Amino acid sequence: MIDLSISQAKAGLKEKKFSATELTQAYLDRIKATDDKLHSYITITADQALEQAKKIDKKGDFSGLLTGIPMNLKDVVCTAGIKTTACSKILEDFVPPYNAHMYDRLLAAGSILLGKTNTDEFTMGSSSENSYFGVTKNPWNTEYVSGGSSGGPAASVAADQCTFSIGTDTGGSIRQPASLCSTVGLKVTYGRVPRHGCISYASSFDTIGPFTKTVEDAALVLQAIAGRSEKDATTPDIPVPDYSSFLKENLTGLTLGLPKEYFGQGVDKEVSGAVMESVEVMKKLGANIIEVSLPLTKYAIPTYYILVKSEGSTNMARYDGIKYGHTTDDAKELQEIYIKSRSEGFGDEVKRTIMLGTYSLSAGYYDAFYLKAAKVRAMMKKEFEDVFEKCDALITPTAPTTAFKIGEKADDPLAMYMCDILTTPINLAGICGMSVPAGFSKLGLPIGMQIVAGQFKEGNLFHVGHAFEKATEWHKKKPAL
Amino acid sequence: MKLTSDEVKHIAKLARLELSEEEINKFGEQLSDILGNAKMLEEVDTSKVEPIAQITGLRNVTFADKAEPCDLADKLLEQSPMPIQDHMIKVKNVF
Repeated sequence: MIDLSISQAKAGLKEKKFSATELTQAYLDRIKATDDKLHSYITITADQALEQAKKIDKKGDFSGLLTGIPMNLKDVVCTAGIKTTACSKILEDFVPPYNAHMYDRLLAAGSILLGKTNTDEFTMGSSSENSYFGVTKNPWNTEYVSGGSSGGPAASVAADQCTFSIGTDTGGSIRQPASLCSTVGLKVTYGRVPRHGCISYASSFDTIGPFTKTVEDAALVLQAIAGRSEKDATTPDIPVPDYSSFLKENLTGLTLGLPKEYFGQGVDKEVSGAVMESVEVMKKLGANIIEVSLPLTKYAIPTYYILVKSEGSTNMARYDGIKYGHTTDDAKELQEIYIKSRSEGFGDEVKRTIMLGTYSLSAGYYDAFYLKAAKVRAMMKKEFEDVFEKCDALITPTAPTTAFKIGEKADDPLAMYMCDILTTPINLAGICGMSVPAGFSKLGLPIGMQIVAGQFKEGNLFHVGHAFEKATEWHKKKPAL
Repeated sequence: MKLTSDEVKHIAKLARLELSEEEINKFGEQLSDILGNAKMLEEVDTSKVEPIAQITGLRNVTFADKAEPCDLADKLLEQSPMPIQDHMIKVKNVF
C-alpha cells in the first residue's frame, strides 16, 4: 500500500481496506528498510505518528481532505516540540515552540507527520550535499545526487517512504529535485501558501509546496494549505479555487508556449528531446503549440543570486548565538560570541551567501549589484506577463541535465548555481511552475518537464499536468531499491 | 573582477564571520568568479525601470489592531543558550 497516491489511499481508508495505523506502520517499515541507503530523513517521529493514526482510526471519520495520510516535512518547517534543524550545525538541537501555520493547516486536514527530511543547509544548494547531516542519495542510482535543496522530500516520495512531502522552492528547490527523482513537484505563486514558521532564506522568493506521486495529489495538498493568513502579510486576499475542477483529460482550447531560450545552449539533448516528445503528446491531446521568446532568460542566474544572496544575508543575521541555536564556548565578550558562534555554526555555502549578500548591499556596490538586479527582475516579470497574453502555460525542461554524480560540482559554486538556470526565472517573476515526470535518460535517470503559468494560475498547471499524466506512464515507474 | 584579500576580510568583518587564511583565499576566488559573472547585468538597459521588491504588488497590508493571548514568551526565552535572569537573557560584557 506504500505506493498508493493520496486519492487511492483515501479510498482504501474509507472502504476499510486498511487502517491509518497500518498505513503509517507500512511507511515506518519502509523508512527503516531503505533509509540507510538513501538518507532522506533527518528525524523520524514514529511514536507520535502512530499515536495520531490510532486517534484517527478510533474516530473513524475519513471525510477530511487528507485524513490519515502519512507525510513528511522538509526540515525547515517548524514543528512544535520536534527538532527543526534547517540541516545546519547552528540549529542542530533547535526545537521550535510553535508550528508553522501551513503545518497547522495540514494537521487540520488530517495528515500524519512521519518525520522531517533532508535539505541543503538553510535550503542553499541544488544537490542536498550542503546538508550538515550529509547528502540524500538518488533512489534511481545511489551514486547520484537527489537534487536540492529539497533532496530529502523528493527522494522520500520517489522511494515510497511517504504519501507526500512538503518542500520549499526559492529558485528551483522543489522542481529540480522532483525532476531528478521522478516525482511531481509544485512551486506555487509567491504568497499562495503562508510562509509563517518556515525558516527563511530569501523572503521575497521563498514558496512552500508539495512533492506528490500524481498531479491530482498536488492539487489536493495545495487545496489544504493555500490561502491568505493573518500570520503572513505577503499572502494576498485572492480566493482559492476548487483545484480538482481543473483536472481534465484533454487540452482542447489551450495554447502552450515553448520559450526557445529554454531549449538552447547548456540544455542536454536527451533532456530537451524528451520534453519535445512530451509536447507531441500534448498536441495529440488537443493543445495548440506556439513558439515564444523570453530574451532576458540568460540574465536570470546573476539576477537571482545577487537578490537572493542579499536577502539571505539579512535573514542569516538573526543567528547570533544568543537567542537560540548553537553558541560558542570560546568567547569573552559580546562581539566575539556573534563572530565565533556564526563561524562555527554555518557551512561554506551559507558563508558564501552572507558574504556575497553583504557585498552586494554594501555602500558603494548597492547600485551596481542589488539595485541593478532588482530592476532586471522588474523587466523579467513584465516579459512573462507579455508572454502569458499569448498562451495559457509554458512548457520547458525542469533542469538542464539529469542527476549528476555526488561530489561532481561540490567545489564549484557557480557551476552549482547554473543547475537552476531554467527554474530561477519563475521565482524572479513570482509566478508558478510544476515539474512532472517525462522520461528517462539512457543511464536510467529521470527527466522532468516543467509547466509554467502566470501568478495564481496553479489551475492551469494542474490541467496540463493531469492530462499529460493520464496519457503517459512515466509517473508509474518506480526505482528498484 | 578580483577581490583582494583585504576586501574579503572587510566583507567578513561586516558579516560577523571569522575566516582562516585558507578560507580567505578560497572564498576570495569563488566570490570573484560569481561577481564577475554578475557583471553581465551591465548589458541590460534599465534606465527607465523602477526596481521591484514585492512581486505580487501588495502594499500596506493591515490587520485589525486587537490584542490576543500569546503564551510563547517563556518558551522563547527557554530557547536561549545564555543564562536567564529576571525574565531577561543575560549576555556577556560588551567590552
